[in-house]
Amino acid sequence: MAHIPDGVLSAPVLITGAIASAGLLTLALRRLDYDHLPAAAALSAAFFVSSLISVPVGPSSVHLLLNGLMGLLLGWTALPALFVALVLQAVFFGYGGFAVLGVNTLNMALPALLCALALRPLLRRERQRPEARPVFRIGAAAGAAGVLLTALMLALSLGLSGQAFIPAAQVLVITYVPLALVEALITGTVLRFLQRVEPDLLPGPRALEVEALP
Amino acid sequence: MAEPANGGPNLTAALFPTDGAAAADWLAARDARLRLLAAGLFALMTLSLTQIWTTLTAGLIALALAAAAGLSPRMLGGRLLALEGFMLILLLTLPFTVPGEPLLSLGPLTASRDGAAQALLILLKANGIVITLLALAGSLEPVVFGHALARLGLPEKLVHLLLFTVRQIHLLHQEYQRMDQAMRVRAFRPRSDRHTWNSYGWLIGMLLVRSLARARRIMGAMRCRGFHGRLYLLDRPTWNRGDTWSAAALGVMVTALTTADRLC
Repeated sequence: MAHIPDGVLSAPVLITGAIASAGLLTLALRRLDYDHLPAAAALSAAFFVSSLISVPVGPSSVHLLLNGLMGLLLGWTALPALFVALVLQAVFFGYGGFAVLGVNTLNMALPALLCALALRPLLRRERQRPEARPVFRIGAAAGAAGVLLTALMLALSLGLSGQAFIPAAQVLVITYVPLALVEALITGTVLRFLQRVEPDLLPGPRALEVEALP
Repeated sequence: MAEPANGGPNLTAALFPTDGAAAADWLAARDARLRLLAAGLFALMTLSLTQIWTTLTAGLIALALAAAAGLSPRMLGGRLLALEGFMLILLLTLPFTVPGEPLLSLGPLTASRDGAAQALLILLKANGIVITLLALAGSLEPVVFGHALARLGLPEKLVHLLLFTVRQIHLLHQEYQRMDQAMRVRAFRPRSDRHTWNSYGWLIGMLLVRSLARARRIMGAMRCRGFHGRLYLLDRPTWNRGDTWSAAALGVMVTALTTADRLC
């Protein structure tokens, strides 16, 4: 439910979202060269497929957002990756809409970028050490932060569009709390797994393809 | 192959449609760029409407387009359901939060007529736009869709990322199905517990590892074929007279609906 449908948000919010995400997208694309396109695409595809898994939580089930993890592993490239995923979801699956694409991208990508900025340097340091715990914690922080920040941005886009949406925005934020918990656990597990199995996927000196994605 | 119990059983069907009726000739013959432009223009027009009846008309046109594109009602219903979770929250709260003439009271809460009308308008717009997107853009082959986006001015690098991603989604989804099957053969049942979440963490981790391995092989294959830091788009879009007529008809429809919306 991270996709806001068309017809809800006000024109100023839509236009701000479109301009901001177009600007960020241009910056991110400038940092991505053709040499690293296959790696970026393969990882985005892996994230896309992973977000289709429905994970049971209590009596219901959720789909993971994974934007925190994308920020950690892809850095700036998370932005075009998320944009592509949202375009495909809107056009081929009917999630979201057309004019809201900019806002939806921003809502997912800004938290991913923040996770990248705040946690990638930490991860670069910790991945060398043998202990599991710090890496798991970094992942958990990214997972929770990605979801909660997205929920806040979602609420903000609704709230700025009209007073009448504020109760709906509050309900939405509450529905994201269980997802944040599960996503924190799963993201931590993923990072811990990668540290043992394929540390080249984590940011660091030896990471081949992905590290060069800035 | 049998679909897995979990995880987007309709993924391949959505990106690589094989079932369902074929699109009507007049729609199938249209230039992909025109179809994308029409979907965008239709979305913007629908957003600008303010009356229930004009929005409803737009929605009916969208349904007609969906029928022409050969989307089955079942598939369309399934796609639209994805939208309605969000809609439900809005529809239930809006009548109570928009001030206006009271419609009904539930204890201390009063639902207003204006709020209900606004909720209905949003519902019609959101569904109408999604239906046109699915009908005009979603029924294109993803490869054609990507090329049309590039011809419309989207950065080429972004389009190449999209094309690569679509292809990899297909392959990694198969990879995922294999792993899911392997887990289920070993009596894995998803439950709401730590074991399930850990297992999914490892599953996602393994998907990422395999995707990196794939990327390395692709890179190797590209180098073998003389890749030197640039990719090319090879399509030759052709615009014919039917496209001009369709564009004109679209223009008339958009003008008529927006004018009717202002005047009545």
